[in-house]
Amino acid sequence: MKAAFKFHGGVHPPTHKTESTRTPIAQTALPSKLVIPLHQHVGARAKPVVQVGEHVLKGQMIGKPEGRLSNAVHASTSGTVSAIDLQLVAHHSGQPDLCVTIVPDGRDEWIAHTGVDYKQTAHTELRHLLRQAGVVGLGGAVFPSDLKAYSNKHKIKTMVLNGAECEPYITCDDMLMRERPADILRGAEVLRELLYAEEILIGIEDNKPEAIAAMRQAVIDGKHEHMTVVAVPTVYPSGGAKQLMRILTGIEVAAGVRSTEKGLQCFNVATAYSAWRAIAHGEPLLSRIVTVTGNVAHAQNFEVLLGTPVDELMAQAGSRPDTDKHIMGGPMMGVQLPSATVGITKAANCIIASSPALFPPPKPALPCIRCTRCAEVCPAELQPQDLYWFAKANNFGKAQEFHLFDCIECGACTYVCPSNIPLVNYYRYAKSEIWAREQEAQAAELARERHEFRQLRIEREKQEKAEKLAQKEKAAAVAKAASDAVQMPTATPLGPNADPDDAMQLRIDAALARAKEQASAAHPKNTETLTPQQHAEIAEADARRAKAHEMALSDAEQKSE
Amino acid sequence: MIAALLVMIGIAVFLGAVLGFSAIKFKVQGNPLVEKIDAVLPQTQCGQCGFPGCKPYAEALAKGEADINKCPPGGEEGIHKLADLLGKEFIPFGEGAPPKAKSVAFIDESTCIGCTLCIQACPVDAIVGAAKQMHTIIASECTGCELCLAPCPVDCISMLPIAEDITNWKWRYPVFPIQATI
Repeated sequence: MKAAFKFHGGVHPPTHKTESTRTPIAQTALPSKLVIPLHQHVGARAKPVVQVGEHVLKGQMIGKPEGRLSNAVHASTSGTVSAIDLQLVAHHSGQPDLCVTIVPDGRDEWIAHTGVDYKQTAHTELRHLLRQAGVVGLGGAVFPSDLKAYSNKHKIKTMVLNGAECEPYITCDDMLMRERPADILRGAEVLRELLYAEEILIGIEDNKPEAIAAMRQAVIDGKHEHMTVVAVPTVYPSGGAKQLMRILTGIEVAAGVRSTEKGLQCFNVATAYSAWRAIAHGEPLLSRIVTVTGNVAHAQNFEVLLGTPVDELMAQAGSRPDTDKHIMGGPMMGVQLPSATVGITKAANCIIASSPALFPPPKPALPCIRCTRCAEVCPAELQPQDLYWFAKANNFGKAQEFHLFDCIECGACTYVCPSNIPLVNYYRYAKSEIWAREQEAQAAELARERHEFRQLRIEREKQEKAEKLAQKEKAAAVAKAASDAVQMPTATPLGPNADPDDAMQLRIDAALARAKEQASAAHPKNTETLTPQQHAEIAEADARRAKAHEMALSDAEQKSE
Repeated sequence: MIAALLVMIGIAVFLGAVLGFSAIKFKVQGNPLVEKIDAVLPQTQCGQCGFPGCKPYAEALAKGEADINKCPPGGEEGIHKLADLLGKEFIPFGEGAPPKAKSVAFIDESTCIGCTLCIQACPVDAIVGAAKQMHTIIASECTGCELCLAPCPVDCISMLPIAEDITNWKWRYPVFPIQATI
């Protein structure tokens, strides 16, 4: 069956695929160490659950999923955890991220694992197994598969299996389909079961006749029903999920619409394969097929343990001395690796050794001449020249109006630009600026809420304090009035409108009067047996004291005058 | 003639009643312009504008009592936004108010004596602690306003600029050589 539909635009870059398809998939030797990043999927980083120095078995979980949108990470072989720290990872930023480093013990000893019969297992349990096995989309987007294999709101009619593999150099899915088609289709059946999908369409570009033949044969051999292998025309980027859905079904998934709303869901063939390994054999995702190509002695596909350092992998394909950098992914959308020591991740479908001869440095960019060739090739039917204009002028609102976020960053526009403008870099810049602004706006909103709540709380506390004080004073006044009525009926009763200062003065006067009374009531003791002479001395001393007191008083008066 | 007058008066009374009713029923609480300005401000609540928080500054701006270049945390972009919103000309920052890199406060916990003065100063309740207990900053909620620095009697609070890592990294503006056209 041939594809009946096509998408807008697309380009035909040289494919460079034959170099790496001449030999079958090879197993790699056990590397000297594994650097396994804990963030290999879309969503929250997995939380490390092992300690430095701990011995781990092959397949043991080393990072558990945190939150709903997250995924598990496992030890790819048995060995000892030598470090859990920040290491360089395959990311555009060149910034380090948290990685678990494992030194293999060479025994490659598995943890106990068993598969389940997916037909006898509840769907929630199957999805849980996929999540715990670390199964994510292996086409490059690494979105957790357990979340994709779920649709309760919309009926899924067609499940698309993506074997298009449109980007130059990459052949890992091609080789997987040639060599292990049966398990891919079994995995697809599991995913179909989870989605209750009616039919499965497998899209493979027509430059992979061996893969198409192998998959067709496997469909017949496995007696799979409502499953069709469709040869799609070779045009970049037919492997984009929306593009392939369009080619296979003619349905266009519009901006801001999820494909499930249109009754469609798409999985990569390698994802289906690893889903089968996880469900039927209980094997977590520990390795993936990686195309090693470019400036190497013998380009080939390897089954690589996740975490294998890139330089050790390249050595097995025969690295050449003039290699100056490595690209993870294809030449159109790939990531330039910050170092050759980074570990292979679930997203690493291909490693291209680059040399100045193979990928000459880009020519200097010229001004945009608005030839609109980029618009002709854009598979998302955007106006890249306008987006470029707005991104360049930091006019992000306008860029969003022109649907910047529908851009899939495929690089077709950059490929055809006669002025050599790195268009995609402008779109990525604009997107990350917009995201940063959104985050800032959210932080501001949080700060505003907290500030307003604080103001409210302070106001409330002030009021409560005032009320309490008022109550206390009232109670004290009542008590005092009562005690005054009993003890000192002569004291001036406080009127309700009495000035607080006057009230205080009255209280002070009353206290002084009480003290005086007590002093006059106190009589010196032990004076009965004294001689008259002693009485005279006491009287004299009293007179002196009284005189001194008088003098002190007159002194103070003079001073105050 | 009288009928016409009566009709006109009737209409006037009816419309007046409608207007009066809607004036009560659909009364707008607060000044909507203040809300709009407040939405543009960065909500650091730092008081660098000379007002005790973002809302009071927004109120002053709405009344035309303050300049639009008094908010360093908002950056030049903030001034542009305010200028657009208020229909004013862009004014650059004054001499004394250069925008700083974003940062969060950090308490040196070994020096902290637990006096709670910083907790009282924090406008967004981003400091946790109690009397004679160690205090610490909730970094995700700190706006970097620096209001906690001054009250600290032992100077144990410092401002740490937010370092770039893989989670907050942004794509740079593409810079590449442009060929000279002769």
